[in-house]
Amino acid sequence: MSDHEYTPTSKVGKWFNDRLPLLTLANHLTDYPTPKNLNYWWTFGGILTFCLITQIVTGLTLAMHYIAHADMAFESVEHIMRDVNYGWLIRYIHANGASMFFLAVYIHIFRSLFYGSYKSPREIIWIIGIIIYLLMMAAAFMGYVLPWGQMSFWGATVITNLFSAIPLVGEGIVTWLWGGYSVDNPTLTRFFTLHYLIPFLILGLVVLHIWALHVPGNNNPVGIDIKKPSKDTVPFHPYIVIKDGFALLMFMIVFAFFVFYSPNILGHADNYIEANPMVTPAHIVPEWYLLPFYAILRSVPDKLLGVVAMLSAILILAVLPWLDTSKIRSAVFRPLYKQFYWILVADVLILGYMGAMPAEGLYLLIARVATAYYFLHFLVILPVLGFKEKTLPIPLSITEPVLGGSTNLAMAKNKESLDK
Amino acid sequence: MKNLIKLFSILVLFFFTVTQLQSAEKVDYLKTDWSFKGLFGKFDRGSLQRGYQVYTEVCASCHSMKYLSYRNLGEKGGPEFSQAEVKAIAASFEVIDGPNADGEMFERPAKLSDKFVMPYDNVKAAQAANGGAYPPDMSVLVKARGGGVDYIYSLLQGYEDAPSGMTLDEGVHYNKYMYGNKIRMSAPLSDDLIEYGDGTKATVEQMSKDVTTFLMWAAEPHLESRHQMGFKAIIYLIILTILVYFSMKKIWSRVESEV
Repeated sequence: MSDHEYTPTSKVGKWFNDRLPLLTLANHLTDYPTPKNLNYWWTFGGILTFCLITQIVTGLTLAMHYIAHADMAFESVEHIMRDVNYGWLIRYIHANGASMFFLAVYIHIFRSLFYGSYKSPREIIWIIGIIIYLLMMAAAFMGYVLPWGQMSFWGATVITNLFSAIPLVGEGIVTWLWGGYSVDNPTLTRFFTLHYLIPFLILGLVVLHIWALHVPGNNNPVGIDIKKPSKDTVPFHPYIVIKDGFALLMFMIVFAFFVFYSPNILGHADNYIEANPMVTPAHIVPEWYLLPFYAILRSVPDKLLGVVAMLSAILILAVLPWLDTSKIRSAVFRPLYKQFYWILVADVLILGYMGAMPAEGLYLLIARVATAYYFLHFLVILPVLGFKEKTLPIPLSITEPVLGGSTNLAMAKNKESLDK
Repeated sequence: MKNLIKLFSILVLFFFTVTQLQSAEKVDYLKTDWSFKGLFGKFDRGSLQRGYQVYTEVCASCHSMKYLSYRNLGEKGGPEFSQAEVKAIAASFEVIDGPNADGEMFERPAKLSDKFVMPYDNVKAAQAANGGAYPPDMSVLVKARGGGVDYIYSLLQGYEDAPSGMTLDEGVHYNKYMYGNKIRMSAPLSDDLIEYGDGTKATVEQMSKDVTTFLMWAAEPHLESRHQMGFKAIIYLIILTILVYFSMKKIWSRVESEV
C-alpha cells in the first residue's frame, strides 16, 4: 500500500501504533496518491459513502419508532410522520435517500463503463461493486415493503412470486420465503430483519471495495497506468477530499430539493393506501431504479426465461472484464466504443421508460428490441470491438492532458514515434 | 469545470424530469391557486378552518380520519384554532374509555389527546351502510391519489349526468374525474349546503377548495415547517458550496502552478 513507512512522532502514538497500526492506516488514507486528472465523475465514490451512512443513520432512527407488524406498520409510519419530532424529515430523507443512492450508483457504474475502470487489474473492485449493487437492490426492495402500503404488498407479492418460476421446487421456495401461503406478517418481519442486516453487509463490502481499490490505485480519465506517487498524483487529503466535498454539496442541494419540496414524487401514490390483500392496484410498478430490469423481465414471454433474462442482465456485468477484449481502458481513445457506449446509455433509459409503461403493443415491441440490444452490446459488440477497433494513440503520462489543449495528442504521438 | 456543469445538469434534469412526468398526468384537472405550493407555500388559515367545518359537517358522516388527534387542530401550521375552541370541538364528541375501577367501559367527552372519532365502528359496518363501498379514510387521502389536491378538488366538482348510452347501477353516480367515471359517493356538496362561520359564501367551488386544503394539511401536517426548513437548508448549502468552491480553487492552485 504505502510506499514509505510511517512513524508517529509522539511516544504514545508510537506505542499505540506498534500494537494497532490505526495511525498508519490513517496516514495511508490521507497520503494515498491519487491521479490528479480525476474529473467530477470520480466524486461519486465519496457521494455513495455519504448516501450509505445517511441511510444507516436515518434508518436506525426510524427503526426506533417503526413497528414491523402487518396490523401496525402503516400506522407506525404515520406516527413517525406526525408525532415523532422531525420524524417527517428523517423518513423523507430515508425514502428519497434510496433514490439518490441509486442515482449516484448508476452514475458511478456508467463512469466505470466509460473509462474502462473494470479492466485489469481492477476486476475484483468491479465484482465487489456488482455484489454491492445487488445487495442495494435487495435492501431497497425490502425497504419499500416496510410501510405496508398497497404497492409494498403487491410489489412484494409480484417479486417473490418470480421464484415460483423455478422448476419443481419453485412453489415450495415461495412458500418458504413468505413464511406462509401469501405475503403476510411473517413476510414483513423477515423483510424488516433483512432490511436491517443488508446495509451492514454493504458497509463491509464497501471496505473491501476501497481496500481493493487502494492496491492498484484509481483509474483515471486517460486510462493509463501511472507511477505512484509521482508528479501525476496528488495526496488524497486535501486535494481529493475538498473536491469530493464540493461535488457532494452540489449533490446535497438536489437531494434537499426532493426532501423539502417534492418528497413524494419518486414514490407511488398507492403506497399511502394501507395494504389490502383483497384489492389489487391497477398498475403494479416497481421503484424507478428497478424499471430497466422490470422491462427485461416482462419482454420475455416465458416466466422462467424472463427471470433468467433479468438476472443475467445484472450478472453479465460481473464477467464484463473478460467480455471486453480491448486493452485500452478509456473510451476517450476508443472512437467506436464511445458511440456504442452512448447507445447503451440510451438503451437502458428506453428500457426504464418501457418498464413504467403497460406491457402491450408498441411498448412491448420496443422493450423487446431494447432487451435484445442490451445483451447484444455485452455478448457480441464488446468482444468483437476489442479486435476490430482502431484506437487513438494514448499519451504516455497524464501530465500532458492535464496541461490542457488539443496539442497533447500530437505531443504524445511525437513521443511515441521518438520511442520507436 | 465542463464536466462539473454536465454533472450538475444531469442532477437538475433528473429532478425536473420526474417533477414534470408527475405533473403531466394532472393536465385535465380543474385548476386553482393553492397557497401551499412553491418554495414559501403556506396554508391559508381561514381556508383550513372553513375546510375543517366542511369536513366535520359533510364528509365526517362517512369518512374517518383516524390518524389525526383533536390537539392537531390547535397546533402550529394547522388550522390553528384557539385552545378553547379545540377543547370545545373535542368535547362535542363522545369516546368510549375504560375499563374503570369497576371494570366497566364508559363514555366520556373527547379530550385533546383523543384521535378523531370514527363514523363507523369498523370497515364492515362502513361498507354495510354504504352499499358495499368503503368510504376511504381521509388522513392521507391527498397523498394516496395520483393527481393529489387537483384530483380531489376536481372530483368534488365533477358530478354530471351520465352520457347517453352509459347505464349506471343503482347507487352509482357519474363523475368525469373518477377513475372509470363511476363513483359510489353521491355529490357531497351543493351551494349553501353549510353556513360558514366567517361569512364566506359557501359555493361548491369554495367548499371544494377549502376542504381540499384541509385534507392537504391532514396528510402533511408539517408542510409549513418543511418548506421553511427547506429554504434555510438550501440557502445554507449554496453558501457553503460557494465557500468550498473557492477553498478548492485555492488548494488546487498549488498543484497547477507546480506542474
